[in-house]
Amino acid sequence: MTDWIEIAALDDIPRLGARVIRTDTMDVAVFRTRDDRVFALRDACPHKGGPLSQGIVHGTTVTCPLHNWKIDLASGEALGPDEGCANVFATRVDGGRVYLALKAGEAAA
Amino acid sequence: MKQKLIVIGNGMAGMRTVEELLKLEPDLYDVTVFGSEPHPNYNRIMLSPVLAGDKQVDDIILNTLDWYKDNGITLHSGEEIVDIDRLGQKIRSRDGSELSYDRLLIATGSRPFIIPVPGADKRGVIGFRDIEDVGTMLDYAANHEHAVVIGGGLLGLEAANGLRTQGMDVTVVHLLDSLMERQLDKPASTLLKATLEARGLKFLMQAQTSEILGEDRVTGVRFADGSEIPADLVVMAVGIRPNITLAKDAGIHCERGIVVNDTMQTFDPKIYAVGECVQHRGDCYGLVAPLFEQAKVAANHLAQMGIGRYQGSVTSTKLKVTGVDLFSAGEFNEGDGDETLVLQDPSQGVYKKLVIRDDKIKGAVLYGDTLDGTWYFTLMREGTDISAFRSTILFGQHDVGDAGHGDASASVMALPPNAEICGCNGVCKGEIVDAIGKKGLFTLEEVRAHTKASSSCGSCTGLVEAILAGTVGEGYDQAPSKKGMCGCTEHSHDDVIAAIQKGELKTQQAVREALDWKNPDGCAACRPALNYYLLANWPGEYQDDAQSRFINERAHGNIQRDGTYSVVPRMFGGLCTANDLRAIADVSDKYQVPEMKVTGGQRIDLFGVKKEDLPAVWKDLSDAGFVSGHAYGKALRTVKTCAGKNWCRFGTQDSTGLGVKLEQMTWGSWMPHKFKLAVSGCPRNCAEATIKDFGVVCVDSGYELHVGGNGGIKVRVTDLLCKVETEEQVLEYCAAFIQLYREQAHYLERTAPWVERVGLNHIKQQVLDDADNRKALYERFRYSQTFAQVDPWKARADGEAAHEFTPLKIA
Ligand code: SRM
Ligand SMILES: Cc1cc2nc3c(=O)[nH]c(=O)nc-3n(C[C@H](O)[C@H](O)[C@H](O)COP(=O)(O)OP(=O)(O)OC[C@H]3O[C@@H](n4cnc5c(N)ncnc54)[C@H](O)[C@@H]3O)c2cc1C
Ligand code: SF4
Ligand code: FES
Repeated sequence: MTDWIEIAALDDIPRLGARVIRTDTMDVAVFRTRDDRVFALRDACPHKGGPLSQGIVHGTTVTCPLHNWKIDLASGEALGPDEGCANVFATRVDGGRVYLALKAGEAAA
Repeated sequence: MKQKLIVIGNGMAGMRTVEELLKLEPDLYDVTVFGSEPHPNYNRIMLSPVLAGDKQVDDIILNTLDWYKDNGITLHSGEEIVDIDRLGQKIRSRDGSELSYDRLLIATGSRPFIIPVPGADKRGVIGFRDIEDVGTMLDYAANHEHAVVIGGGLLGLEAANGLRTQGMDVTVVHLLDSLMERQLDKPASTLLKATLEARGLKFLMQAQTSEILGEDRVTGVRFADGSEIPADLVVMAVGIRPNITLAKDAGIHCERGIVVNDTMQTFDPKIYAVGECVQHRGDCYGLVAPLFEQAKVAANHLAQMGIGRYQGSVTSTKLKVTGVDLFSAGEFNEGDGDETLVLQDPSQGVYKKLVIRDDKIKGAVLYGDTLDGTWYFTLMREGTDISAFRSTILFGQHDVGDAGHGDASASVMALPPNAEICGCNGVCKGEIVDAIGKKGLFTLEEVRAHTKASSSCGSCTGLVEAILAGTVGEGYDQAPSKKGMCGCTEHSHDDVIAAIQKGELKTQQAVREALDWKNPDGCAACRPALNYYLLANWPGEYQDDAQSRFINERAHGNIQRDGTYSVVPRMFGGLCTANDLRAIADVSDKYQVPEMKVTGGQRIDLFGVKKEDLPAVWKDLSDAGFVSGHAYGKALRTVKTCAGKNWCRFGTQDSTGLGVKLEQMTWGSWMPHKFKLAVSGCPRNCAEATIKDFGVVCVDSGYELHVGGNGGIKVRVTDLLCKVETEEQVLEYCAAFIQLYREQAHYLERTAPWVERVGLNHIKQQVLDDADNRKALYERFRYSQTFAQVDPWKARADGEAAHEFTPLKIA
């Protein structure tokens, strides 16, 4: 079962930017695209753990700040020639509020 | 319903066009490809190494059958098209089947020219063009002794070398008295002939073939003077003819080749043509680099983007015979009024010649040492004024100060596969060679994308280029004559800067719309560049876009490998007081900074500060009078000074005081890349001013101004700009130089490569010779500083962009 956790107002996240959410076990990066879609990934690049929340967001992609891997926000997959995948979390925007689904045992535990 | 695109010719140009098209519009067309050869697309260039036994046919396949399948392309290999019905918009193949098209692409390449002498149709007379020819040659080499290659050009010599390597007795017959006369001048051609003779090739120069002898099989060749030599195999390599029969029969306008316009369309606008079969602005090309440029443009139009234009190419050549280094480009035989620079070292087998006209390189021939071929070629294509380094140009880029790894790249092909090439990404030579072979890479960009080699600091670029050249031959695109800024656009940095200035574009959106950007948001490469160009050109109007800045500039600190940040407060000219040091010490204690270090830039770095703590750290520093040191930015970094006249027994001027003034004038300004200054009090130069972007060396009678230096990856010593007499002049010239750089350099281009690209003379003209221009540059810099000298740390300590520094909490 998915637990939707309310995390922020949409406007707390800058367009083409991201915010970080600290959970007990990890950081989660929550991204907002130009057209106000919201995606969430574990804030650790599949390459060497770079903080994806600090990267440049374009389209539905974020470029990792450490070595420029490009990560697809929807799938968490590294794009182009790189191979690897960051954990993806479901998100939902409702009435200007952003909700995040953390599966039990995955992050909140 | 999808439109139907038919491609005739499964060769290098045709398939490159399809690849480019798939990148742009994968779903626009149903693509069907016909190729008369019974193979998938392969790298024709590599037939020479296959013949020489260095490679197998499997190694040179570019697109496998699976690739066609995966991309939904129907391939009819071994099927020749014999007719185009333009009115009915359909084509017919040899077996009679017909297929209709919406768009047609002709890429039929060319055919070897077979000299029409009696006997030219005998068995054993072949051209050197495709896999079948190579197969024939290998068969003959296994069973026969004598080979005659007619034609002493590039192709003929590669064929002859291959056949010799396979053990045949080879004679090269050439009509003229000098080999490769279209690429080499007399001295270089003589050296080449001597090298090849030493390898066992025989030459018959100025020999005109009059007859091929034999019954149905070749047995010999007879010449105009009546002499004869034995031959079991005759390879004709005297030139190629564009393969235009099909187009001509269909009534498409042809001259030597199929005539196309700048968008690669033939007279029938539904029909495009690319490759060796075309004639563009009177020229036909026989090398792949221009064909790949054509492919890009054709794909762009097929994708209905309509922004690419092909404007012709300048080409250069190398010979793919292992152990023979030879490079040629442009007009290598001097004309009236041209000057030539020649370096000859017969004992080392080295010969270099440059043809110069109006201080620009017009042509080059290099033999024995071709390391600098790429450099000369770039100078030539960009029309760089070389007068400033003319006296040393023949010694190579190495000698001009760009002392990189020139020497290493000469021997790079000799390195073992496990030799590390890219230190940043840990990529070895073997991985690069593999990727080039397996994935069919041709350009530096492609190697970067697939292996990451040279994608970081770039210091190994020369090595990677050498590997590319050594692995794919001249097939690789050294540097397209005009390079798009990034994958989002075909427009170069210069185009974009010009559009911003002339079109008065003032937002990123406006630039992207005006120049047809492919991605509405741009990407991580172009957004920071656009943000910078707009800021530099419209300082009073452009609103900086934080989301287009690399994290360091957004968070105003250097991101560390563990995600923390480092903090470097500015210390003007390296001067500091006891109170300054106490304040830094207090911050260090209060925020438990894990490490402090004196930097190479004469100030103190606080490492490992947590992102959330940054605003508070900055508040304390700012209360003590510090501003940001911009140690993280493409911005003015440090002004390094030495002790100077106030203390040092050798000091001639107040270098420390001048350094402080320079830093006060320049701090806060954003630049295309980082920018460092230094002031030394005397020519002993303790502040290392001659490896800075702008360096001042004080002398008794005034100040020497030096520009375009840097330490770092490739050390480059500055060029002397001029000498001035007063501090005011130093400030004015410095600001003018900076502003010129800010307005004209490409984003991420430091002053050293910029000065080398535009030439010191250009800078002298703008900053020295034209006093009004210098004043205007100075004023523009001062004006832009009124917006830039706002301390970003204080602003953030006061609450600006607070969201950047606070994590969200789970509600
Ligand atoms: C802190 C410092 C080393 C030190 O402890 O001394 C330093 C640290 C870094 N340097 Fe440097 N450089 C430092 C002085 C230098 C110097 C010496 C100097 O300025 O006199 C050089 C050579 C001189 C020069 O630049 O011409 C230098 C040449 C580089 C280069 C190579 C630049 C080049 O053009 O080749 C890079 C890479 C780059 O900029 O892309 C670099 C990049 C870096 C970065 C920013 C790497 C990065 O992008 O994260 C390092 C940040 C470390 C960190 O996490 O804080 N650093 N770096 C020095 C800071 C000076 C300051 O006070 O601001
Ligand atoms: C041995 C050798 C070495 C070379 N070395 C270099 C080098 O070092 N550097 C360099 O830049 N260039 C080199 N070249 C030149 C380079 O290979 C050519 O410029 C390039 O292959 C031309 O591409 P293209 O697509 O125009 O023609 P091609 O690659 O020849 O492709 C044309 C294809 O069309 C097919 N075709 C023709 N007519 C029909 C028809 N009616 N129906 C169906 N299919 C048809 C042909 O079978 C052929 O496969 C070399 C060439 C050779 C032969
Ligand atoms: S030399 Fe500079 S970039 Fe390299 S590790 Fe040291 S500080 Fe970092
Ligand atoms: S950690 Fe993300 S690219 Fe290296």
